[in-house]
Formats: sequence, C-alpha cells, structure tokens
Amino acid sequence: MKTIIKTIKTIKIDPLKCTGCRACEMACSTFHAKPQFRIVNPTRSRIRVFWDEENDVYIPILAGEYTQAECNSRYIITMNKKEYGECSFCRSSCPSRDLFKEPDSGIALKCDVCGEPMPEGGPMCVQWCASGALTYAPERTEEIELAEEEVEEGVEEL
Amino acid sequence: MRYGETGFNLEVDLSQGKSEKVETDPGLTELHLGGQGTADKILWDRVPGEVEAFSPDNLLIFSTGLLDGTPVPGANRTIVNTFSPMTNLHAHSVMGGFFGPELKYAGYDKIVIRGKAPDLVYLWIDNDKVEIRDAGHLRGKGCHETAEFVRKELKQDKVQVAAIGVAGENRVYMASIDSSCGSAARGPGPVMGDKRLKAIAVRGTKDINIARPAELFDVCMRLNKELAENPKVGDWMATDEDDSFHHDNFAWGNARTRRRGFWSKELQDRWTNLKYQHMDRQRGCYNCPKACHNVISWPGRKRFSYKCYGKDTYHMAAFQELDFSYDILGVAQEYGVDSYSTPQVIAFALELLEAGILTEKDFPGMPADIRGRFLYILERIVRREGIGDILANGVYHAARQIGKGAEAYDHNTVKKFEQLPIKLKKLNPPYFLMIATGEKMSITQIEGSFPQDPLPTREQREEFVRNWIACPDDKFKKWFLEWEKREVLPMEASCAITDWNEAMHYIDDSIGLCGFVSAFRGQFGGRTAYHVWNIPQLITLATGLDFDKDKLWKAFQRNRNLVRALNVRRGMRRKDETPPADHWAVRDHEYEQKLLDAYYRFKGWNKDGIPTKETLDALGMDYIRKEFEQRGILTS
Ligand code: SF4
Ligand code: SF4
Repeated sequence: MKTIIKTIKTIKIDPLKCTGCRACEMACSTFHAKPQFRIVNPTRSRIRVFWDEENDVYIPILAGEYTQAECNSRYIITMNKKEYGECSFCRSSCPSRDLFKEPDSGIALKCDVCGEPMPEGGPMCVQWCASGALTYAPERTEEIELAEEEVEEGVEEL
Repeated sequence: MRYGETGFNLEVDLSQGKSEKVETDPGLTELHLGGQGTADKILWDRVPGEVEAFSPDNLLIFSTGLLDGTPVPGANRTIVNTFSPMTNLHAHSVMGGFFGPELKYAGYDKIVIRGKAPDLVYLWIDNDKVEIRDAGHLRGKGCHETAEFVRKELKQDKVQVAAIGVAGENRVYMASIDSSCGSAARGPGPVMGDKRLKAIAVRGTKDINIARPAELFDVCMRLNKELAENPKVGDWMATDEDDSFHHDNFAWGNARTRRRGFWSKELQDRWTNLKYQHMDRQRGCYNCPKACHNVISWPGRKRFSYKCYGKDTYHMAAFQELDFSYDILGVAQEYGVDSYSTPQVIAFALELLEAGILTEKDFPGMPADIRGRFLYILERIVRREGIGDILANGVYHAARQIGKGAEAYDHNTVKKFEQLPIKLKKLNPPYFLMIATGEKMSITQIEGSFPQDPLPTREQREEFVRNWIACPDDKFKKWFLEWEKREVLPMEASCAITDWNEAMHYIDDSIGLCGFVSAFRGQFGGRTAYHVWNIPQLITLATGLDFDKDKLWKAFQRNRNLVRALNVRRGMRRKDETPPADHWAVRDHEYEQKLLDAYYRFKGWNKDGIPTKETLDALGMDYIRKEFEQRGILTS
C-alpha cells in the first residue's frame, strides 16, 4: 500500500448564518477570471449558493471533482419539512446538470481554495463573506493510503 | 466593448408579442449614467406628454444601475420607471434584491416594455432567448408564490422573478412589483398589470466586463470590509430594538394622532421576544455585506421579510401592536401592495366610516374588530370589490370620488401621493423644500445626506463635522456648525442642503447603489460609505469613462432636470408643490413662498418651477428647451 501526504485546506460553512447575498460567487468568479478580475460572472464561480427563498434555505456549496457519469444512487434530505432530493447539495460537476461548469465551454469548475500562493487574508469567498457563514480553517496535512490501481490517477492529480 | 454595462436593451412589444435586443448609444452613459437617468431619456423621447398611464403607448422600463453586477458592494438596485395612474406624473421606483444584477448577466441594461398583451403573460428571459409565455395559470397568485411557480415550471432554481400580485393584476394604484426581498412601490405595479404582464423571469450566465479590473477589485474589497464594520450603514432597524423614534413621533391612524410616550421598556422587551420567536434569519441583497431584511414566519401566513419602517406602518395605521403587522404583512406582500400608502388608505376609509361619510352599507359583512376590518378592506381593495374599487385609487382620488366632504380627510398627500405620516410643530426649511418639490414622491427617496436636526452642543457639532468625508463642500460644515434651531437656517443653506440630499438619490438611482449604504444613510451620523468623492472613481474603474466630482454632479443635474421636464410637460407647476397644510403646526406662508422662489432660482428654474432656457442649454438639453418653446411652456 502506498501513501501520500496531502495538504488539506478547509473552508467551513455555517449555512444558518448565510444571508444569501452571493458576494462569495461574485468574488470567486472575478478572482478566477483570466485576465484576473477582468469579468464578473457568478455562473463561473466555484462556490454557488443553493437558494430556496420559499423555505429560507441558503447553502453555499464549493465545487468538487468532475465526475464522468451521473451517479445512480439517490438521497433525500428533509429540512424545514421540505424534501430536497437528487443533486441539490452535490459538489460535483457532472454530465447531468450545468452547475459548476463554464457557461460557454462547459469545462468543469473546481474550487482550488484560491490556488498558490493563497491570497493574503484567505480565500476570496471567505474574505467577502461578512456574515461569518464562511470561515477558513488552518491548513493541515493528511496521510492518505492509496489502493494500487488508484496510484496513477492520484499522482497525476497532484 | 462596453464596460460595467452591457450596451444592450431588451425591447419588448406586448401587443405584437415581439422582442428585440437593441444596442444603446454609449454617449448617453456619459450624460445620464444608467438606471433612472437613461430610462428617463427614453421616456422623454418616446412617451409624449399626452399619453396616459394606462395607454399601450406608456412604457414600463426596468433598469439595472450602471454599477449593478460589478464588484461594487451594495450596487444591486433594479429601477422601475413609467408614468403613474395615481399622479399622472413620472413614476420612480427602486427595488433591492437580485433582479438587476441577474438581468445584466443576461446581457441587458434595461427591459423596455410597450403595448399590452391580449391576455395575462409572463416574460422569460434566458440570456438571448426571450419568450412571452401564457400566464393564465398564474392569475390570482401572490408575488412570491408566482416566483415559486415560475421557477418550478422552468425547472430553474437560479432564476430571478419580478412579479405583481392580485393588486397589480387589478390595477390597484398602490400595487407594487416584488422580487425576492425587494419591492418596487410608488406607481409601476398597476402599469405592469395594465400591460397584462404578470411576471418577468430572468436568468443570466454572461460576463460583465470591467475596464480597470485589479484596481476596482482592490477598492471594492476594502469597501466591502468597511461596509461590514460600519454600523452607520445598512438598516439599523433590522437590529436595533428601540423603535421609539417612529412610535413616539410619527402619526398613527390616517396620519392623525401622535402618541408621545407610547414607547416603553416593557413594550420593547415584549416586541423583541416576539421578533426573535418568529424570525428565521436576516437576509441581504446581492453582493452586500449588510443584512437588512428580517425574515418572519407567522403562523398561517406565508413567510415574508421586511425592512425599515415597513414593519410599523400597518399596526400604526390600525392603532395596534407589532404582532398585527406580522399578521398582515405576509398577506399584503403576496397581494403586492405598497406598505406605505396602503395602510393610510385603509385608515382613511375607516375615518370616513366614523365620520358618517361612508356607512356600514359600504362595507357589507365587515368584522367589528379593527384587525378584521383592516384585512377585510385590504381584500376589497386588491380585488377592487365594492368600495374597494374606489379606495384602490388611493386617498386623493377616492376622496373626490366619494365626495360628501371626504376631500377634507385627504390631508396627507402631495401631488396626489400619500406621504409619510409625520406631523410636526415647527418647519424645517429643507424639509419644506424636499416635500414640496420632490418628484420621487416619498421623502425617504429625497432626504438623507444632511442631518435632519441640529445637534444640541457646539462640541457635538464639531465632532460631527470632523472626518465628515461624505460632505461635498465645506459650506455644509459651516452651516451645520452654526445650526442651533431646526427652523432657523439661511435660505441659501436650505436650498443647497435640499439639492445635495436629492443629488445623492439621483446618483444612486442611476448607478444602482442602495440608499442604505449611500444616499439615505448620511443623515444619521454622517458616515455613509458612498459619496461624491469615491463614486466617480468607482464609475471610472468599472466603465472606463472618466468621471470626477463635477462631471458626476452635472449628470445629476441633467437627470434631475429631465424628471422635472417630464412632469412639466405633463402639466405639473408651482401650484402642485404644496406640502400638506397640517404637516407643521406653525406655518408662515410668506416665508415659505420666498423659500420656494429662492430654491427655484438655485435650481435654475423660473417662478413656476420650469427649467429655464439657460439651464437646459447649459446641460446640453436644448432638445427639451425646443419642445417647451413649441408647446408654449417657455417663450422663445
Ligand atoms: S458571501 Fe457568505 S453570506 Fe453571502 S451568500 Fe456567500 S456564504 Fe452566504
Ligand atoms: S444595505 Fe441592506 S437593503 Fe441595502 S443592499 Fe445591503 S442588504 Fe440590501
């Protein structure tokens, strides 16, 4: 079994504090624009706020990995007496929906925690979030065991 | 390439069922900025003075502010302009929330709507794809209920929807247009209903270009932090539980009764408990670090949110307590009515009943208790049933339709529009001017930069003017330092203060800034985040157009005179610029008229309040001058 050391950067989310302002989306999209800050477009953001005004539910979600196929398991979460199913809170960009994809090219978007070096003051979404819904936890490292067949892919990704 | 703005408007003809994306003239941005400014230019060019509010030729314009959708925090307003059936004058309305930025991301600065649909429709704007869809199934639905339906129907949760409720469908003059936590009052709701446009749904996934990106982002990041930490911006009423200011000083019922000493510690504790028992959270508007909207769940009602004085108007009109406002707001917001005018109209009706001008026969089946009565009359108004059909035209028109002395009960309107219920002893000269000459119809859309009252000691005043960054000119500091009695201010000061106050609103309403971080908030503490010193820089960095304080001020003057010209063309004159007779107890007609003369001169208007030839020419608006000469409004 091979192991690798991974640096883990964590953004903590407290959805009950979220005001639904979407400043995080604005900031992320323009920070990642090329050239930087040249455009603003929340659809290109790697953080999107799940937004259900009717039931007062606002949940910031950070883009995770691209997945090649829609998953075939399903789950349902019940909140404030309403059922949220399917993909509501999923982090993946996936063929079955257009969340976390560039609107023009369809290229998958993924949160890189604002890349290297980390901007002074922390990730952009955290810096713009005034409500305290987003906070940045100090970096930590994790030792991860890789199964043989995953080694290649895992290394490639690093 | 255009920066900050998209450079395109969406033209919609509801009679023909057609829409078209039209490129706009970049020169107009330099002259009028965007938002209300460029909308009013369209109204001037395309809606002749004779066109009535309910004519298919009237335009209904939804504008984004010039800075909406850029990183500028608190730039998120949707500005709605048209001509109002209530006043037959220019209607100006602003709503917060998310609609404006979404529209911009869809690739449009404005939606310009003309004509009338044959039957109820809604507009679906998905970037470049625009559809006019049947809305028969949405008839009778509430504003927010409509938004939910539309989102489900389109299978789009990230769609922003602006909708009218039953009141708008029935062309109730107090009808609003609601979107998310925002509500556009003061005129456009009934026009949207008249055009049979139930809702507009918009989804935008396009880029907004920024001219000087890194610099703008840097400034905005600092502003965002400053706004977040600054207690003098945002809505203090969202968190401050002491609301003695409105309850002890404003007038209750049909703007009649002051209840000094009403507020108490016991009441405050009780109301605070009530609020926190029912409040789900506080919400903000797009890209703003403040959270001004209290979201309330009230048993048996639809969840609603309120901001500012909107939480007091119903219970004060009904002589009730906060729980009554909580009970009725969820209902009223779904019906889509303005929470400033509507409670006054209902209180007016009950006063007429008490006076015997209306009788029980006018209110068949009305409950005996006051709360039941308010809900009953609200219901009649939004459906235009029975007496509700008359009351739905607002206090001014209803009083004249009812007659029999009802006119005397219309004591709180200016230009046929219900004013805030404030009755004071001594006249505050800038307030006289603002109430008399304001064309945004509500004082909340005019006041805001210079404090409402003097501070008691010289030391306090000195402290106030120290670091008064928003102050555009040192003369205001001098006047404030010397100001001791509310009613005593030099005439020149009263004119300049009124001008500055309204300037900031005209600027906000063209660039999309919220008054709570800008124009409205300077008066309480003087520490507003936006002012004539930093706004030009933000415009320059976002749009690439060079702006400085003087050029910004010129754009304000242009936009101000444009509104005046629109209204003068529709017949508004000096005689209409009269505050309610009982607004102040102590009046001095001669002084007031001199003040008005001085203000007209200050503004470059003639004795009748009409912009002079020189004023119009200096602002490059000779096209208005020419039309005024042709119509004999000005002599050539
Ligand atoms: S910036 Fe913060 S409060 Fe605003 S939507 Fe994002 S997570 Fe919520
Ligand atoms: S200050 Fe309040 S009302 Fe204004 S934009 Fe921010 S959250 Fe909305």
